[in-house]
Order: sequence, then C-alpha cells, then structure tokens
Amino acid sequence: MTDAAAQSTNVASATPDTMAWDSRARRVMMIYLPLSCFVLILLFPFYWMAITSFKPNTELLNFKEHNPFWISSPTLAHIKHLLFNTAYPTWLKTTMFVAIGSTFLSLFASTLAAYAIERLRFRGSPYVGLGIYLAYLVPPSILFIPLATVIVQFGLFDSPMALILVYPTFLVPFCTWLLIGYFKSIPYELEECALVDGATRLQILRRITLPLAVPGLISAGIFSFTLSWNEFIYALAFIQSGANKTVPVAILTELVTGDVYQWGALMAGSLLGSLPVALFYSLFVDYYVSSLTGAVKE
Amino acid sequence: MSVTTLPSRGVALRQPGWIARLFDYKPFLIVMCLAPAIGLLTVFLTYPLGLGVWLAFTDTTIGRRGIFVGLENFQYLWTDPLWWGAVFYSVFYTAVATFGKFALGFWLALLLNNHFPLKSLLRAIVLLPWIVPTVLSALAFWWIYDPQFSIISYLLVDVLHIRSTNIDFLGTPWNARFSLIVANIWRGIPFVAISLLAGLQTISPSLYEAAMLDGASAWQRFRYITFPMMMPILAIVMTFSIIFTFTDFQLVYAITRGGPVNSTHLLATLAFQRGIAGGELGEGAAIAVSMIPFLVFATLFSYFGLARRKWQQGEAND
Repeated sequence: MTDAAAQSTNVASATPDTMAWDSRARRVMMIYLPLSCFVLILLFPFYWMAITSFKPNTELLNFKEHNPFWISSPTLAHIKHLLFNTAYPTWLKTTMFVAIGSTFLSLFASTLAAYAIERLRFRGSPYVGLGIYLAYLVPPSILFIPLATVIVQFGLFDSPMALILVYPTFLVPFCTWLLIGYFKSIPYELEECALVDGATRLQILRRITLPLAVPGLISAGIFSFTLSWNEFIYALAFIQSGANKTVPVAILTELVTGDVYQWGALMAGSLLGSLPVALFYSLFVDYYVSSLTGAVKE
Repeated sequence: MSVTTLPSRGVALRQPGWIARLFDYKPFLIVMCLAPAIGLLTVFLTYPLGLGVWLAFTDTTIGRRGIFVGLENFQYLWTDPLWWGAVFYSVFYTAVATFGKFALGFWLALLLNNHFPLKSLLRAIVLLPWIVPTVLSALAFWWIYDPQFSIISYLLVDVLHIRSTNIDFLGTPWNARFSLIVANIWRGIPFVAISLLAGLQTISPSLYEAAMLDGASAWQRFRYITFPMMMPILAIVMTFSIIFTFTDFQLVYAITRGGPVNSTHLLATLAFQRGIAGGELGEGAAIAVSMIPFLVFATLFSYFGLARRKWQQGEAND
C-alpha cells in the first residue's frame, strides 16, 4: 500500500516535466475519466437488472413515454410473482443446501490435505501438492459427460447430494493451495513446542495450527461458497426435476418459457439469486481479494 | 497454550491408547489426512477423465452401454461442419476475448494502482461482475441485447440519433458472436485486473526511481520495468484465462444456446447438445476430448511463451 502510494507520488511529481498540461487536469483525464467509464460499464448490467425487476410491465416495454433509466411507479409485482407463483423459494433452499454442504466437505478435505502436505512433510509431498494443483486446471466442460454416467452408476442422478459430492473436484484444489499458503506463514516453532510438551499431531492441528489459520479458512470457505453457488454446468447436467434445481439453472430452464420473455420476473430472479453472494461478498471483501491474489501468486 | 496441553500430556503418558498411538504414527496420519481429498478427486475427477476418453471411443447412448468403435466418432466429427464451426468459434472467442480482457484488465489494474480516495471501495465494486453468478449476469446481457427493447439500441437510435434502426444483436451470426465476446470480456476484466493489481503492487518503487533518474519516460518505464516484471504473473493469469474461456459454457448456453443457425456454438455447448440433450454420450465425449489438445497447446504456449523471460534470467526459485 505504502509502496503504491510512494510510487504514484513519484509518477505525479515527474509528470509536469514531460507534459505541458497542469498535473491536475492531466490526472483527471488519465485516471479519473477512464476509471469512471470502467465503473460505469462494469456496474451497468446490475443497475439494469435491478431497475427492470421493479418496473411495471407497461414501463418496461415502452421507451417512448417513459425514461428507461428510471422508474416512475415502482412495483413489487415481479418479486411477488417469483416468490408465490413459482418454486423460487425451494430453488433458493436447494442452492443454499448444496453450497453449504459442498463448502464444508471441501474445507474438511482440503484442511487435512494441506496440513499433511505442508506440515507432515513426507517424501513426495511437493508432488502430491502439484497433482492437486493440476486438478484445478481440468475444466468441468470436459468432465460433465463422463461424470453424468458416474453419477447415474452411483444412483445419485437428480439428487442434490450428487452436486455436493462433485463440487469439491474444483473446490478442493483451490482451497488446498490457499491453505498451504496459510500454513506456511505459521511458525514451525509453535508446533515443535507443542510436540515437546507431548501433544499428539492431531491435537497440534486442532489446538494450534487451525486457530492460527482462521483467516485462511474463512477465505477458503467464502470462496467455495461463492463458486458452488455460481456453478452451472454440473447442476444443469445432473438435475432433472424442477424442485431440485439450483437457482442459476432453474431461472434459465423454468422461468424462460415460450416466446414472450417475462423480463421483469427474469431480472427479479437474477437479482434475488445474486443477492446472497453479493451480501456475502460485501461482508468479506478483503478475504476475497486476498484469496484471489494469494491463489494466483502461489 | 501450555496450560491446555499439559493435562492431555499426562493422560497420554499414563495410558497411551492404541488409537492415539496409531494417529501419532506419521505414515498412517499422512494417509488418513490425504484420503478425503485424494479420494474425492480420484472418484470424481481422475476416473471420469479416463472414462471420458474411453467413452469417446464407444457408441454409448443414454441408457445403453456402448461398444468400442475405434476412431469412428472422431472420423465423423472430422466431416461434420458443425464441429468445425465450433472449433473455429472456440478459437476465435478465446483469442478475441482474452486479448480484450487482458488489454482492458491491465489498463484497469494500472489505473487502480494509483493513489486516490475511496480506492478500496472502488476495488470492491470492480470485482462484482466476477462474484455474481455468470448465468444471472448473462441473463441481464440477454435483456440488454433484446432485439426490440435493447437499451443500447435505444441510446443509439432515440437519444444520440446515430442509427435509424435497432441493432439485431443476437439475430445474425457475426453480431451474435461479437455480442457474446463482449459479455465474456465484461465478466473477465475484474479477475484479470485484480490479479494483475496484486502483481503491480509487488514491483519495488526503487526501480521506477532509478529509471526516472536515468530520464526514462512514462512509456519507457512501463515498457522496460512494469511489463517485464509482470511477465510471470501475466503468464499464470493468462493460462487460467485461456483455459476457462476456451471451455466456457454458461454465457453461450444462457444467451444464444448456439444459435442463430449454430453459429455461436463453442465446443462445450456442442458437446452438451449432442451428449446430454441429444443422448449421444459417446459423440459428446468425443467433442469434449477434442478440446484437450487445444487446451494443452494453449497452456504450453501461454505458460512457456510468457514465462520464458523468467527462466532465462535464472529466477526459477521464487
């Protein structure tokens, strides 16, 4: 942070020599203007989504008489329709169940794996780590067809359990690498002290390493939750019945009906489906940024 | 900490139960710790990967075990114009979208690397498109691309009077192709920008000071300091980005489902259409497997092409 600040002041102090403009005008042109364009474009779809969900249908499809960028008479009709005339609450519940289940499963598996790789160092542990990392590079688009047959063999087709078991395939590699990074930052001496005091390895993991790795666990947890909430292709391929669908799949397959799209309800559904992760995100922004950048740097 | 561990030590010394001793035996503990992760990955990742390759050489359909048919699926794909179309669009989509994402994302990262008020808030906002479920933001794009009520058409026709007719974003092949690429770039910018920003912040300011003493211009500082220093992280982020753009599924499935006239099929959506929706598991698996060579090539190219500078300088261990 301080590095960046120092560097930018250096850049700013150097600019008057090279450019004829006064540095304030130049700063506005070179930084604030493009930055506000970026923010505007990155946020516009969300604004459009939100404003569409509260617009009555007459305003929605009539740009001539109503300014499309604003609502003159906001309505909750679309959201009401969604909550009471469709299975939306069920989809939300299923998605929540799947996301929480797969998050806990992958946190459990990856904590143990990261501890073994980083702290119980054994011959070949770097290779096991590398193998788990490579698993992250296998995209779901290659796997979903054979996985569908595996799921059918296990008798899990059309069950949310299938998703809970399958999501860890992309969550475990990510979480393991994140946690390996966190475990590295915990001094070895703490564990050695505990070993000298006669603690068993599992006691060390539970009483010393895990409490110190809580920020890493939170990062891995919220990341897993977000990724499983957003997952699409497996949920589309493995779930058939309307009640068991997750929100992203259900909106696309159950709400898009016929030729006349109900944009109000569709956008309200998208807004409500995005809110849990957006809320989660706003609470833990720093964890997201640190886990995203930490995972890339590893 | 010692207070909590002391009693357990006493217990352990007095009667070391065989379970406690077993769990303190290092090889056993290692196996137990690795078992859940390795087990899950083997059953649901490695095995399906192998199974997928096997399926690609059989004529399996939903509900019927297939028999080995050799290269028949691939021979069929070779003569299938739809598959060639999907290959073309996958490569085109990946190339254009990756270029757009990295050009704009790098620019955004450089902008965010400046010092200004509300910086952390802005950084949080920028990441939003990446957090929100892709399908849901894709639906918003679908609505933005609506042939009749598109807000972009409204701006161009009724507000700015640049055009006289609405743009048919998703109705003609090339319009649809570029509309999808724009949506993909929109979704990919945050990830690239935030990852590269992290890389930018690790560059020591003393390098810039030294360059400025030597009279380097802003462009020279970017070209000879920022860019080379960013190469390793660029290589990693680009590898990820290429893999996940090439195998993208959600955006296309949500917005066009491969249409109009199959012009926007990516290999992943074609595999889904043939394999799951059409029931031809063998053929779908063959399409999925045909992505692997492209992925391996793209990974090697982006990783070694960009990371070359790093090992030339002999900085392998950092």
